[in-house]
Amino acid sequence: MPLTLTQIFLIFFLLFALSRVYLRYKGGNVSLVGLIFWSSLFGFAIAIILFPILTIGIANRIGIGRGVDAVIYISIILLFYLVFRLYVYIQDLRQEISKIIEKFALKENEKQDEKKSSEN
Amino acid sequence: MNLIIGIPAYNEEAMIKRVLNTLPRKLSGISNLDIVLIDDGSVDKTGTIAKKLGVSVLTHIINRGLGGALKTAFSYAKSKNYDILVTFDADGQHDAKDIPKVILPILNNQADVVIGSRWFGDNNKPFSRYVINRLANIFTYIMYGIWTSDSQSGFRAFNKKAIRQINLITDGMEVSSEIFKEIYRNKLSFTETPINVIYTDYSRKKGQQIQNAPNVLFQLLFRLIK
Repeated sequence: MPLTLTQIFLIFFLLFALSRVYLRYKGGNVSLVGLIFWSSLFGFAIAIILFPILTIGIANRIGIGRGVDAVIYISIILLFYLVFRLYVYIQDLRQEISKIIEKFALKENEKQDEKKSSEN
Repeated sequence: MNLIIGIPAYNEEAMIKRVLNTLPRKLSGISNLDIVLIDDGSVDKTGTIAKKLGVSVLTHIINRGLGGALKTAFSYAKSKNYDILVTFDADGQHDAKDIPKVILPILNNQADVVIGSRWFGDNNKPFSRYVINRLANIFTYIMYGIWTSDSQSGFRAFNKKAIRQINLITDGMEVSSEIFKEIYRNKLSFTETPINVIYTDYSRKKGQQIQNAPNVLFQLLFRLIK
């Protein structure tokens, strides 16, 4: 069966996403686990776009009528999880920033104390 | 006994001079009393005014929130080996005359942490504050199994053990409830003592707002599932 325009566009987009993941892995911004996770995810999405019939089997197994519904439900769950991970990451970053700010404030205070004591 | 009064402050130039001038420089039972202001990224003259009054100032180069400022106060007290840390709001709502009362249970070895509670008796408190505080108290009890009449009080005293063991993580207003989590986690003893509260239009604008509640709640729940 020939590919539709939507399928071609989605495949190109996912291949682009895969290439970005690989480049980020090469650049050291994504771990090996990250590379495997994202490659599997995008690879799976490409497989489903190429062979939509695969989703019917999944849908039947998890008790959802149509294959496309199963894909949407799984995507939403995945998106929730990714947003959560992102939120955790941002919170961790905020705490790291606070730590730096705190260390900086304490160091500056020490410097001022030293300056004062050397003046006296 | 070495005592430090830690004051988290963010853009408090209108009030900070008055607050710092009311603070005691000597207290009975205390051999050395210092004051440190944590200037949490103020864009006004809060830090400059405090320095002019001879107070030590720890400057956050960017604003981190109440939790961030309190973390710095704890680190400072720990690094300088203070025996008691008193936290005191910069918005003028606390009465410095209450400090001896708040530190008394620590001096008598009766508690590791003392919370200055604004909710003993009735001294003309705004209803919205009452509701926020009541809800926060119930939430604190459900989360940490500790009942307090004032979970959002900024007027507290910590002994050396508490200064060393309390490890705060949150940056924002949710730190007030997190302190109770730390009391519970470290099995610290705590007590409450009634304090006066001076509610002015200024201090009402500065404290916990009802619109902050959803964010505070979310932050605390998030800590549970992270």
